[in-house]
Amino acid sequence: MVGTKINIKRRINMRKEEIKIKVLIILIVLLSLFYIGSFALAQEQGQVTPSSQIIAEATESTSQEIKIDTGDTAWMIVATALVMLMTLPGLALFYGGLSKRKDTLNTMTMSFIAYCVTSIIWIIYGYTLSFGPDISGIIGAPIKLFLKGVSVKSVAEAAKSIPEYIFIVFQLTFAAITLALVSGAYIERLKFTAWLIFSILWVSFVYLPICHWVWGGGFIGNLGVLDFAGGTVVHINAGIAALIGALIIGKRKDTTFIPHNLTMVLTGTGLLWFGWFGFNAGSALSSGGLAGVAFINTNTATALAALSWLFTEWIFSKKPTLLGLCSGAVAGLVAITPAAGFVNITGTLVIGLLAGIIPFFAVTKMKPFFGYDDTLDVFGIHGIAGILGAILTGIFADPEINELGRGLLYGNPFQLYKQIIGISVTIAYSGIMTLIILLITKFLTGLKAHVNDELIGLDESQHGQKAYNLHI
Amino acid sequence: MKKIEAIIKPFKLEEVVAGLSEAGIVCGMTVTEIRGFGRQKGFIEVYRGKEYEIRFLPKIKIEIVLSDDLVEKAIEVILERAKTGEVGDGKIFIFNLEDAIRIRTGERGENAI
Repeated sequence: MVGTKINIKRRINMRKEEIKIKVLIILIVLLSLFYIGSFALAQEQGQVTPSSQIIAEATESTSQEIKIDTGDTAWMIVATALVMLMTLPGLALFYGGLSKRKDTLNTMTMSFIAYCVTSIIWIIYGYTLSFGPDISGIIGAPIKLFLKGVSVKSVAEAAKSIPEYIFIVFQLTFAAITLALVSGAYIERLKFTAWLIFSILWVSFVYLPICHWVWGGGFIGNLGVLDFAGGTVVHINAGIAALIGALIIGKRKDTTFIPHNLTMVLTGTGLLWFGWFGFNAGSALSSGGLAGVAFINTNTATALAALSWLFTEWIFSKKPTLLGLCSGAVAGLVAITPAAGFVNITGTLVIGLLAGIIPFFAVTKMKPFFGYDDTLDVFGIHGIAGILGAILTGIFADPEINELGRGLLYGNPFQLYKQIIGISVTIAYSGIMTLIILLITKFLTGLKAHVNDELIGLDESQHGQKAYNLHI
Repeated sequence: MKKIEAIIKPFKLEEVVAGLSEAGIVCGMTVTEIRGFGRQKGFIEVYRGKEYEIRFLPKIKIEIVLSDDLVEKAIEVILERAKTGEVGDGKIFIFNLEDAIRIRTGERGENAI
């Protein structure tokens, strides 16, 4: 009797699964129709709109003057590969080690799938919507769908000394890690189908516009907001999405945070730090002195943040830990990201010091106070350190390091105001859009795995495998 | 025939095994990594500022089967070697054993130990 009951239940579950998969397929088909449609539309517009003709002519006329720099190109190829390493396996190991033993595969799969989904979206419409010719400061024009018009000889507006193809992949790796970062707040209870749908929608409707606003010629960048390598686009954005998701998806049944493998966490942190040299120094988009200053700032702030987190926890939690060093290092990397190519070493030291202290209290005091279940402290570390870094960039930006940035301490109090506008717009847009996307995803999939599936672990319930089969 | 189950602190295993071998009382044993709690209770671990009580402590369980006359000697050795004098040193349990069979030869009883 009990057996048949279980069988019936299982059948009902399977039926539900089938329906969900059908919904997913319909969604994918609709999305592709939508984009093929807009592709056709864009082609038509391309023939009639004078503005895009001007752009095309402009690129043609300058193409003779454009000189690809081999040094820049070599460095940017390496930097791009380094940023890829941050997601796979860097972040996957970092998050995987922090998760429960029974949820490790699911956690790592979320990062993996984030990278793959973003890679495909990016070449279809992601690149052109974020870096295509600007449409009233809001979005890029869809003239490069499926990388139409990109050739081995073309260059991007933002990086004229390297082939456009390299620039495209470099930017792609940023989009991918931003999405992967968000997953850390959702793990140990989110259905896999939900993550897949969320991934497609979030990159399309949250990352692409914000990326365009800041780096693609949009209104935040035009306003003069300083974000060297992605403090707002990547970290504040991911941090807010993490917080909203933690609130909407709801708490796990078991909110314990005991990392199941800290040696994996260390390996992941090391790869993140290493890859971050590509992320920050690569954001110079060239191989010169600017890359050099971003490189040393990144290393310095990270080392100091790891130390300051360690000493803070030594005082407040009584023991110095490896987890503390890893958490501090990541907070330092995040905080220096918007500042890396703008601040001098004094600014870097202040940023590093504070990045190990303020996020520590966000994680240990603020999270328990409000009671949201941000599983791996994505908001506490990326959100808070991202905001901290963006503000401090407005204070410490030194025009001797980079003529594009002059902060409060160098006679430009207005910069701080601009930074706060950049932060606020990102928080508002990312927050509201993530909320809408989560509600759509909830309608389609229910978001949260059944409590029994959560308790046996998502590895087994979502994927039918285990991370550790040591007795076989 | 008796079966001795001794639950001891993990770092005392080598000493106990050495003691039992020196005394010449065992020619085989089973060792398992286990977890449990007694009077020692658990301990506190802190991760990112949050305290967790770890209730079950790691221990080692040694299982030995002996003829009746060797049991007291074995207990003596384990007491001597596994003791630190603090709570959490573990326990020894003695069971009467009905039979033992060596699978290879089918021998039974004390011949099989």
